[in-house]
Amino acid sequence: MKQRATVVGLMGAGITALLIGVHAEAAKAPTVGIEHFTYAPATLTVSVGTRVTWVNHDEEPHTVTSATGAFASSGLVNEDSFAQTFGKPGTYQYFCALHPHMKATVVVR
Amino acid sequence: MDRIDRRGFLECMAWAGTGVVWAAAGGVLSSRPIGRAEAAAAAGGFSFVQISDTHVGFKGEANKDAAATLQQVVDRVNALRPAPAFVLHTGDQTHGQKAGAFDTVAEILKGVRAERVFYVPGEHDVFLDGGREYLSRYGQGTVGGRGWQSFDYQGTHFVGLVNVLRYKGEGMGSLGDEQIEWLEKDLTPLSSSTPLVIFAHVPLWAVYPKWGWTTEDAGRALGYLQRFGSVTVLNGHVHQVLRKVEGAISFHTAMSTAFPQPAPGSAPAPGPMKIPETEARRMIGVTDVTYVPGTHPLAVVDSTLG
Repeated sequence: MKQRATVVGLMGAGITALLIGVHAEAAKAPTVGIEHFTYAPATLTVSVGTRVTWVNHDEEPHTVTSATGAFASSGLVNEDSFAQTFGKPGTYQYFCALHPHMKATVVVR
Repeated sequence: MDRIDRRGFLECMAWAGTGVVWAAAGGVLSSRPIGRAEAAAAAGGFSFVQISDTHVGFKGEANKDAAATLQQVVDRVNALRPAPAFVLHTGDQTHGQKAGAFDTVAEILKGVRAERVFYVPGEHDVFLDGGREYLSRYGQGTVGGRGWQSFDYQGTHFVGLVNVLRYKGEGMGSLGDEQIEWLEKDLTPLSSSTPLVIFAHVPLWAVYPKWGWTTEDAGRALGYLQRFGSVTVLNGHVHQVLRKVEGAISFHTAMSTAFPQPAPGSAPAPGPMKIPETEARRMIGVTDVTYVPGTHPLAVVDSTLG
């Protein structure tokens, strides 16, 4: 997977951005950025056992809170990060407890 | 102060940006800027201070130390002569509910020379634990320990409402049926000539629903206020001064003591404005005055730190 992501990284800029999104999801340590009240990518697909890290780039606190209570971060602010390892396949929806309109999904295969 | 400390009234939020001093005389509320105490010690009336959105723990471009700006506001309050009767903190004491943040706010507010500080929570105070810590500190003496309350002071009836504990869905504030029903009962015995002051964190009017700057079920609560001749609604949350008058109801949002937020819809999202501290000080310190025509004119003056 890492190899593929590297190859993609050498491609043209516009396409790169698109494809890295796809392939980075499958990498071993994918990161979801939180910026301007948005999780990016909004949907992240990973394989079972992947550890996902979120980093909040906003000055406003955000959380990574599972809609089902499966996981929950504390209040993240100023580059704080939170990591969660996904041991079972499934679709994990999460939101920000402080701004509940912020929603995103992790798909584990 | 000793009494306040013992009761724990002073442990609470930090107020961001602005201190507003209110003076009540004969049922007419007016306000004056902090630091100009000689202006309006309304004859036979009283004054109180509203502070809001202290966001202790915030550290950003607009303010490197929200605790320091809170301390500056305390110093200004303490310079008032006569001293305000009490302080209303309208929420968001802490920025991220980090361990120790409530303690920091409490420590700073112990220095306020007022009889008491009344609190309502902001969503930043309760989002991690559903309000457990906040209510353990400030729930005592409130209705069922739930955080909402009312009290009378020299003929004016004050109501503190909680609209951040059901902060779901699209991120709007919400009061809930139980609290609204309590409000109706609370107001029932009052004469319509009783001046009312309602305070809560999220605006009780639709400032900008797209950013959650409204309270979804406020309409029902406001319905019970219609018969009163003088109603002043004090909110925080939006970190800027906004006003609206609807009949005898005058709405006012306070500045933060920590950082400004963009005007409604003027940015892709709400949140701390990324501007230099010197500029931010002026935005948490813009003095403005409004005279509301009618039987009960209301003048609101907000003072800034910069």
